[in-house]
Parts: sequence; C-alpha cells; structure tokens
Amino acid sequence: MKRSSIIIMLVVLAMFVISWLAKASSMAGVEDHNIWHGFLITFSAFLTLAILSFLYKDNPFYKFAEHLFVGVSAAYWMSMGFWTTIVGNLIPRISNSLSAFFEVPPIADEWALLLLPDSVTFFIPVILGIMLLLRLSRNMGWISAWPLAFIVGSTAGFNLVRYLRSDFIEQVSSTFVPLLVDWQGTGHFFSHLNLNASGQFVTMAGNWVIFLGVMCGLIYFFFSKEHKGIFGFGSRVGIWILMVTFGASFGYTVMGRISLLVGRLTFLFGDWLGLIS
Amino acid sequence: MFTPAPLLALSSSTIGVSISLGLVGLGMVWMLIRSLRARDVDRRIVFLFIFISVSAPILFPITFSETPTPVVKKLFDKVESLPADSKVLISFDFDPAMAPEVQPMADAFTRHCMAKNHKVIFMSLWATGQSLLNQTMRAVLVTEFPEKRDGIDYVELGYKAGNEGVLNVIVSNFRKMFPTDVNSIPLDSIEIFDKIKSCRDLDLIISIGGGKPGIKEWVLFVGDPTKTPIGAGVAAVVAPQLYPYYPKQLLGLLGGVKGAAEYESELVRHYPQFEEVDKPGLRMMGPQTFAHVVILAFIVLGNISFFVSRRRASR
Amino acid sequence: MKRQVALLITLFIGTLLVVSVFIPPMESLKETFTLFFDIIAVFAFFLGGGNLLRVHLTKLSKRKQDWVYSIVTLVGFTVVLVIGLFKLGNPGGIAASPTAEGSLFQTLFDNVLVPLSSTMYALLAFFVASASYRAFRAKNREATILLIAAFIILLGRTPFGMMLTSWVPNSLSILQIPNLAIWIMNSANLAGQRAIMIGIGLGVVSMSIRIILGIERTYLGEEK
Repeated sequence: MKRSSIIIMLVVLAMFVISWLAKASSMAGVEDHNIWHGFLITFSAFLTLAILSFLYKDNPFYKFAEHLFVGVSAAYWMSMGFWTTIVGNLIPRISNSLSAFFEVPPIADEWALLLLPDSVTFFIPVILGIMLLLRLSRNMGWISAWPLAFIVGSTAGFNLVRYLRSDFIEQVSSTFVPLLVDWQGTGHFFSHLNLNASGQFVTMAGNWVIFLGVMCGLIYFFFSKEHKGIFGFGSRVGIWILMVTFGASFGYTVMGRISLLVGRLTFLFGDWLGLIS
Repeated sequence: MFTPAPLLALSSSTIGVSISLGLVGLGMVWMLIRSLRARDVDRRIVFLFIFISVSAPILFPITFSETPTPVVKKLFDKVESLPADSKVLISFDFDPAMAPEVQPMADAFTRHCMAKNHKVIFMSLWATGQSLLNQTMRAVLVTEFPEKRDGIDYVELGYKAGNEGVLNVIVSNFRKMFPTDVNSIPLDSIEIFDKIKSCRDLDLIISIGGGKPGIKEWVLFVGDPTKTPIGAGVAAVVAPQLYPYYPKQLLGLLGGVKGAAEYESELVRHYPQFEEVDKPGLRMMGPQTFAHVVILAFIVLGNISFFVSRRRASR
Repeated sequence: MKRQVALLITLFIGTLLVVSVFIPPMESLKETFTLFFDIIAVFAFFLGGGNLLRVHLTKLSKRKQDWVYSIVTLVGFTVVLVIGLFKLGNPGGIAASPTAEGSLFQTLFDNVLVPLSSTMYALLAFFVASASYRAFRAKNREATILLIAAFIILLGRTPFGMMLTSWVPNSLSILQIPNLAIWIMNSANLAGQRAIMIGIGLGVVSMSIRIILGIERTYLGEEK
C-alpha cells in the first residue's frame, strides 16, 4: 500500500473518532446511550461521505461503501422474506410444532386443491423453491427450469387480463373525451374566447390535444405501414407529443433527484453537524 | 382553476442565501464567458455549483407557501370527506432511496387520517417499506397521536413477498395473505378487521412509492377490478407516467416533493393545530427552487456554448 | 422431456390464473397458487443471496481484482443475516416483528442501509446537472420542443415560476407558468404517456399469450 494512502486512511480514521466523540458529548444528558448513538450517526455520515466521494473520483472509501451496500441489502431482503412470508404464511400451514416454535398461530386447513389439505399441498412451493436453489449447482441446475416456468407462467397469467383491461381498454375508453365543451354555439364561443386556464377554449384545446395526441402517438409506433403522406404527418405530430412527454419526464426527474440530495444534505447538516435544528 | 399563492414567508436568513447565490451567480458569469469562448467546464465545477445551490437554502432556510393543484386537492378532499371510522389502507411501497420525497407524504397522509379518526391499515409490498413505516410511527403516531390504539385505530400488517402476487390474493381474501399482523396477532381478533374480508371492503387505498411493485400494480390488480378508490403519493420520476390513470382509475396523485408540500399546506389550512409540526415537504421546496434555477441556467449556458462552437465550425 | 414439463407448468398455471378472473368460484384456487408464487419468491431471495456468496467467495479464493472488498460484502452480509434470521437484539422476542422499534435489525437498517441507499441515488442529482450542461442541446426541432417542455415544467413546479408570471391577467392565465405546466401534464404529457402505455400494454398481452402457449421459450435457456 502506498504511503499517501495510509496517511489518508489514518486522517479519515482520526476525523471519524473526533466526530464520534464530539457527537457523543453533544448528546450527553439529552439521550441515553449517547456513545452508541453518537457512533451510529457518525458511521452513517461516514458512509454518506464515502459514497459522495465518488464525485471526485473512484476511491477505496467509495468501493468499501458500495460493497457493504450490496451485502447488507441482500441479507436484509432475505431476512425479511423469511420472517414475513416463510414463517408468516408457509409454516402455520404445514406444521403445528414449527408454528409453536416460532410463536405464530397455526392456520386451519383449507381444501382448495384437489381434495388435499393445505398441510400437504403447501409442500409444493417448498419443493419448487428447493429446486430453484439448485440453480447454484452446475450439474443439477437444469431442475430450476421448472420453478422458473412456474414463476414466468404466473406472471404471464397475472398480467394478461390486467394489462388488457387497465392499460388498453380503460385507456382507449378514457381517450374519448368531449371535443366540444360547454358548447352554446359558435357565436357564444367566439364572443367568450379567452386564455383563462379554466375557460372553455383552454379546456377544449386540452381535450383535442389528448385525443389527437394519443392517435398520433399510436401512429408513430405503427411500423407496419410506411410513414408517408397524411400518415407521415400524423407520425410527425406524434413525435412532437412524445418530445413534450419526455421533456415533462426530464423536468420531474430533475426534481426527484434534487430532492434526494436535499434529504441527504439535511441529514449531514442537521443530524450530524448540528448546523440546523 | 389553479390560483398560485403569492410568496408569503421569507425568513430572515435571506442574507445567507443571497451571499451563497451571489457566489453561484458569479460562477455562472464565469461559465458564460467560457461558453462564449466555446471552452469546456470541468464537471466537478458543475457539481460544486449544485452543492452550493442546494446547501445554502438548507443552512439558511427559505420557505414558500403552496396552493394545492387540482390533482392533489382531489385526494385531500377525498380523505377529508370520508366519515370517521372509514377504513383507509396506506401501503408503504418504497425504499430509502425514495424516502426523502415520499416519506413526507406518508407522514401527511397518516396525520390527516388520524385527525379524521379514520381506521388505518398499514402494509408494504417492499421489505424496506416495513422499516420505513417505523419512522412514520415515531414521527406521527407516537408523538402527535399517543391516544390512538394499535388494533383499534390502526394496525400494521407489515410486508409480504411476491409483489403483485400479494395484491392478487388480498383483492379477494385479506386473511389468506395476512393471517396475522406484524406482531403475530390473528387478524380475526383485530377490531379493525371485523368487517373487512378483502380490498372491496376498504373506503380508500393510498399507495406511496415509485417503483415496482407500486401504484401501477395497485390500479391494475385492486383498483380496476374492485372499483375501490385509489390515491397515490409517488416519487417525481414516476409521476408523469401515472397521469393516464387520472382521474378515472386514480383518484389523485402527489408527485414528488412539490406534491408533499402542497398536501402539507392544505393540511395546515384545514387543521391549524399542525402549524408547529415539522413539514419536510415545504422545507425542501426552498433548496428545490434554487437548484431548479441553477439547472435551467446550466441548460442555457450549455446551449450557448453549443451554438457558438457550431457557428465557429461553420465559418 | 425437461423442457416439456416446464412448458406444461407454464401452460397450466398461466391458464388457471387467466381463467380464474372470469370464473369467481375459482378464486380460492387462484389465491392458493398465488401464495405458492409468493413463497417461491422468497426462495428466489435466497437464491440471490447464495449467488452473492458464490461470486464473492470465488473472487476471494482466486484473489481477483478488488478481492479485499469482497470481504466487506461477505462480512456485511453475514452479520445482517445472522442478526435478522435469529432476531438478535430484538426486544420483542421471536414473535415480534423483525423491524420492531429498538431492535438491532432496525438499527442496522436506519444507520447502514438508509445512508447507503439514499446517497447512491442522491449522486444522480449531480450527474443530472452535469448532463443538463453538457448534453441537453437544442440540436433540432424535436430536441427544442423537449427542452421547452422541460423548461416550463422545471419552472412551473417551483414558486419561482409563479413569481415570474403572477402579473399575467386572468383572461390569459394559461400563460402563467404554473398553469401552463399543469396544462402540459394533463394534456400533452398524458397523451404521450397514454400512447406509450397502450403500446406496452399490447406488448405485454401478446408476450403473455406467447409465454403461456409455449411459443416464447427464451426463459428456459438454450436447448441442449
């Protein structure tokens, strides 16, 4: 290891210890276990700064934080999955003794599947789950194709009807908006013409944009016919509508990312450094 | 019509903000000069500008008042109009990466529901959501509503694995997916669930999140089949994608920190007792505003640089 | 034979879940099979964890590049897993929630996972700003439209936009930036998103049919 690297690590360690002691002493008398809480806040701040250091360049502190994130995240989801779903849904159905051990109330047998009780049928996902785990084995990995088929088939079965109803039929239905709103004749329309945000003209313009925008957007995505003539013009309008859509998405994305930064800096300035209340 | 509220609240720390932004402004002038000379700017300078423009309003708070847009107001009015003892489900479908944006919404919804004496069912489709729910419990329930009782006024069901699979079960049978609450108490012995068999028996569902599974899955698997009203509080990144569902399939939508700020403002307007409560959504709008202005300036400067170099290249 | 069984499983479960939507008495069957799916999903988490262990143990044993950091991953993984699975330091005992207030598991979440996860994404704020300066160019008509829409939304979503155009009279109030931003979101953005949603919806439906009928088999891997 280079000498400069060792010096940097020692400096960071020293700053960590100083920050910890300062934080613990500022919390003394206000909180119980102030040394432990001081350590936790300092460690959180250290992890935050380690990730932010990537903005300068990739470095060992960032790599440490990144690798820690991967390990902790995987273990967190495994633990939560085990306690909430295996202990919460599987064990109460298949074993009364295990239910007693985990202190969860057993679930009475239902007979949903081929005249077999749940205490028998719920071994099916256990067997499929173990088959899935065999994916880690080089020789027996082929067995995982069956539980994978179950997962893929289930997802396809879930999605087919729901997407057809909610993302197709309902969307088409919602596109049929009135193109003339509060219509009382052309004379009334032109005499009351203004750009008031809740006025007749603006509302109608919005509905026309929705109706034509959806049509032209769909024309753009229709690749079975050459985009020429009227069809080509519709496709061009569709692109413009999509550009507005992407511009709006970009605006919202910027907002979202800035919010995350504000949240982190609020933690650093507030909870760690105590510069804001 | 949406009538924007005038700028009302300016804290005395505008001097601090002004100095910081003056520095950023000088930096922008320097960048403009470099842009006119078609010279590049190191991206770490750009990072520094963003850091200053976000930090200054955090250190020297500046707040603005907010008026809810129609898409937020509809959801607020729905929660407000439901009678006491209505059954409201709030689903925490997010992870720490989205929390700064959506946790304020979660707090605001919980506060509103508790103030209206609704019966709230908390659950999560994300493992991290169950842990983040604890923050709302601490910040809102324990602190502001200590008289509310677990099992009677609210219940925490927790997380279940399976994404949309969870919704596919609770749409017809809650107890099959959640035989107990998060503390292993059977649902049959929880007062809130006396008359609830499935999602059809709920008065309102609010999903807070921004990824998958999230509000889209709630609409597809629960909202459309059962016609239960669904509201959403989502991260800004996802909000534009949900507009096609509004208003037929989605009652209302809070998009990002702005949505949270609008809801918090409206809550204080109706319930002045929440004036002194921390409002992170409103607090974050100050840094948000200045960062947006800086980014807009970057876009302009970048395009100036682009057009200048293009003109030079064509000569 | 191996592939045939897999295809039969897909056909059976896919068809059952589709048909159960139309035949309410099949609801109980649908719920049971969906619960199977949810339980297998947890085994998928364990598969992911197992794979993580395998990758990093291999890296460690073969001393590949950055092998030292694999130790960090493995230690972090093991510590959190042991604390989580055995509910160590949980004041409520075995029956309590794993994320009970005051538990070591919740403490690890609040002080390790939260700062790491949120800061990873907070980095994006800087890169978005850098991209705005370097890449967001009005090169042609379409890019200009995108830029103008983004401008209006960015301004309209902050009080600054309101300040800039509050002088605009009521009869022209659509030209007030916040109102213009709302109008764009409720009309042009909605139209574009809906067109995309319809296209994706049809794509999902056709892919689901292909998967259920066994026409689409890429998820099974290469035929040997």
